Amino acid sequence: MKEEEASEEGISEEEVDKVYRRLRDQVEKSGYHLNPDVEFTKDLVRGLLANERRYGYWSCPCRLSADNKEEDLDIICPCYYRDPDLNDYGACYCALYVSDDVIREERRVESIPERRPPKEQRDAEKAEEKKREEMMDTMEFSGELSKPVWRCKVCGYLCAMDEAPGVCPICKARKERFERFM
Amino acid sequence: MDLFGQNKEKGDHVSGIDRGKVIMYGLSTCVWCKKTKKLLTDLGVDFEYVFVDRLDGDEEKEVIEEVRRYNPSTSFPTTVINDEKAIVGFKEKEIREALGF
Repeated sequence: MKEEEASEEGISEEEVDKVYRRLRDQVEKSGYHLNPDVEFTKDLVRGLLANERRYGYWSCPCRLSADNKEEDLDIICPCYYRDPDLNDYGACYCALYVSDDVIREERRVESIPERRPPKEQRDAEKAEEKKREEMMDTMEFSGELSKPVWRCKVCGYLCAMDEAPGVCPICKARKERFERFM
Repeated sequence: MDLFGQNKEKGDHVSGIDRGKVIMYGLSTCVWCKKTKKLLTDLGVDFEYVFVDRLDGDEEKEVIEEVRRYNPSTSFPTTVINDEKAIVGFKEKEIREALGF
């Protein structure tokens, strides 16, 4: 893949190294772990950079992008499915992220089933979410809550503010990945 | 199937031992797809691969429909053997067995 990717996307080894190191440092600081197989992980970083060039965002390298950010919000890395997959399988779908027990070599990483629901179901869930948001917009919060509560769909961080933060202070996910929670 | 003429970025035919019709549908950015392609190459079987992320428009739609027939979640890699058996994901043991190794 290295040669193919390099020819198509013009991604240099230096760039992959730089992004890999930056990502690893950031991930370790927030209590997560990248796959300790460095070559495997750098290949995924190469895929992320290829997708950034193609689509403008870090679409999951192991999933087919719709080339539409709104539709792909759930699979922008780190995806919404990472944490449940880490809990159930010790790795995310790509195996870019692995759990503590994999780091301790008590568990092996392998190809896991796809957790992302099919498009029809995702569309239905999105419609539900929109309805919920609209409902909450019209609710009178002043009596019970002084502020609406926003939830980061990547890491679960909650905050009560007039608006969701521009960037999640915990996982650095951007504002568009928050949902109105209460 | 003549795969996309001369455009090897989209897919190719790899010559080898005839163990039936083997097609791997994958993504060029996916490491599990890369591992599956390597396994098939190392086994030395005759197979075709398609990188669906490198297809455009109708070509992409057509191939996705084809994958959906075998694997409703249209995830990758999907390896289809003899137009009937589909192996989803990098399942080394299953692939070896299905190909008679």
